[in-house]
Parts: sequence; C-alpha cells; structure tokens
Amino acid sequence: MANVKTSKKSTRIDMTAMCDVAFLLLSFFIMTATSKVPEPKPVDTPASTIEAKLPERNLLTITVGDSAVYLGISEREIRKSALEAMSLKYDIAFTPQEIEEFSLLDSFGVPLEELKSLLALKNSERNKPGTQVGIPYKGDISENELSYWVYYANAAVIMEQQAKGVEKIKEIEIAIKGGSKEKYPVVKNIFDILQKQNMNDFYLVTSLRDEDF
Amino acid sequence: MAELNTGGGGGKKGGKVRSKKSNPGVDLTAMVDLAFLLITFFILTTTLSKPQSMDLALPDNTVVPPGESPETPAFRTLTVVLGKNDKLVYYIGLTDNPYMEDGINGKPKLENYGGKGIRKALIAHNKFVMDRVEDPKKQGMTVLIKASKSANYKNLVDILDEMAIVKPFSYSIVDVTPGDLKMLEDNKIK
Repeated sequence: MANVKTSKKSTRIDMTAMCDVAFLLLSFFIMTATSKVPEPKPVDTPASTIEAKLPERNLLTITVGDSAVYLGISEREIRKSALEAMSLKYDIAFTPQEIEEFSLLDSFGVPLEELKSLLALKNSERNKPGTQVGIPYKGDISENELSYWVYYANAAVIMEQQAKGVEKIKEIEIAIKGGSKEKYPVVKNIFDILQKQNMNDFYLVTSLRDEDF
Repeated sequence: MAELNTGGGGGKKGGKVRSKKSNPGVDLTAMVDLAFLLITFFILTTTLSKPQSMDLALPDNTVVPPGESPETPAFRTLTVVLGKNDKLVYYIGLTDNPYMEDGINGKPKLENYGGKGIRKALIAHNKFVMDRVEDPKKQGMTVLIKASKSANYKNLVDILDEMAIVKPFSYSIVDVTPGDLKMLEDNKIK
C-alpha cells in the first residue's frame, strides 16, 4: 500500500502578537481610567435625555443631598487659593500642612470652623455617613459660607488665568448635582446664591434615561 | 507555535533516549480571552462613568423697569406649574384669564410628566403658535416653568428635559404666584 501521508497541520494560530496587543490596550485603558472618587454624600441624580458632557477643567461641583450642600473643586491649586481666601475672610488660620491636606480633598461639606477637625481625620474616616454635615448656605444669599466659597473659587480661577496671560478669561464652570428627591426650595436657594453673583449659566448633573420617557 | 505538551510518556521504546524536540510555545488563547474581557470592561466603565449633564441658563437677575419688558400675546404663553406627587398643572394665557379662543381651551388642566402627559400638550400648542406667528424665527411659544414648594428636583429636570425635546421658542423658570398655588390646591396637588 502506498502510504499517502497527510501532513498533520496544526490548526492553531500564533497568539503571541494578539496577546501583546491585547495587554498593551489593557494597560492603556487602566492607566487612563480615572478611579471613582469617594464622595461624602452619594446622591441619586435624576435622569434626562440630554447627553452633554461636563467640562473637566475649572469645575465647581455643588452636590445637594438631604438638604445639605457639598463642594468639589476640580483643580488642586484652586482649592488652595480658595481656602486661603476663606481663612482670611472668616479669620480661621490654617497651617501649610492643613492647606496641603485640603488640596487633596476632592469633595467636602463641613462648616469652615469644623474643617480643621475634618482634615485631622484619616482619609477613610472622612466619608463615613454623618461625618460631614454640609456647608452652611441658609440666610442672606450673598452672606453665607457657600456663596463665599463660590466667590473665592471663581476669583482664584480668574487670577490663575490672568497670571498665565490667557486672553479670553473664562469664569469657573458650575455643576449642580442634586438628588432626585430634593425639594425644589433647596435647589432654588442654590440657584439664587449663584444668580446673585451673576452666574446664570450652569450644568445640572443627570444620569442617562434608559426607559422610554 | 502555540503548544507546550507534545505527547510525552512513550519514549522508552527501543532503549534509546531520544531528546525530544519540545515545542516551547504556550497556549495563549485563554490569556487573550481574559485580556480582551478586561479591555471591554475598562472601555465600558470609563465611557459610561462620565457624568451626563444638562445646560441650564437662567435669566440675568437685574430688575427690568416696568413697561420695558417685552409684551407677548397671551396665546403664545404656556405656563406649567409643578406640584406634588409628580403631577403638574398647565394653562395657556394669563393665570386669572386663560386663553379661550380659536378652539383652544386654555383652562388649567392636571397632567403627568413624560411622553404620555405634558409633552402632547406642549407639542400641540407649539404647532398652534408656529402656525399663527408672522416670523417663526423671531416669535414662538414661551413656556413659563413655575415650580412650587412641593415639587422636587427630579420634576424640574423632567420638565427641562421636555423643553429639550419639544424645543419651544423660549422657556424660563419663574416664581409661583398665589393664583398658581390656588390652581394646585384646586387639583389637590399643592
């Protein structure tokens, strides 16, 4: 019998290159992904069909949850300048270490006199429920802590741009992140505080509406 | 190629110890699977975690001297009053004098949010106004949004969402008047 040898070819493909590419992409995505920042008060934002994205730079996020207000400033330098201005305004001195510690805080919500004790806490203890009671915002709409924080953060953004010699100076961008169940008067109060400072344009943070509205 | 195990065990035959030509490749299929799974996960989480937002422009709060604010014909204004229990009341024209001509019944009506509720009325009235104005680029329906104390933030976002869908000529958020509150009371949603 004539031995016809069918050459047994392997059906496997060399995966090495594919593996390389896959891991290269994987490391890229891991490095560019921004980790979720812990928030002092997680809120359930209402859904909307509008898909505008939030700006990333010079953003001031005002979180409203259970009638308490929390602030988040996107840039570290702005956080520092805003805190320095606030400490002058309310005559509460902060040490350079405390200012440095504050600049690492993504979001906070305590009255200024309690900020020192918040900064003394460990990172993991700060976001425990009940630790941060919110920034005072009631009373005169141009004379409360929230309005001063907004004012000084905006001033810091403008000063930073002036120092850099930017021609078209942009004001700070404001995002309001409110909980669905928040009563309208609370939100209206925040609107009034912002409008008092001629900030009439802001973003409302929403989540994606999935069902047929 | 992509193999490591080349059939071992039976090498004792003939007494001669043959050095096997071993294949140094490893099966990478599972590894590639895992890598792509992780990639998909990271792509999805990075793009989906970016928060959505809607732009809101409120009017300048400088007080307009009386008589200088623009006058709008009553039929072009539709007012939405947001009450409790996710309900609202809308009317066309003035609060105490709703528009009642040209087959339009402007009297206050109780309505829900969403496509089955207020949107139908908004679209219908927007079309009605557009058919009657001289220049649709410069004139059109104005929606006044009046949120009462019992409305919540979700209601406000919902109605602003309607504005983005219906695209009326203009809309603004204004304060409630005693007349509007009475309307909510009549409909038991104050």
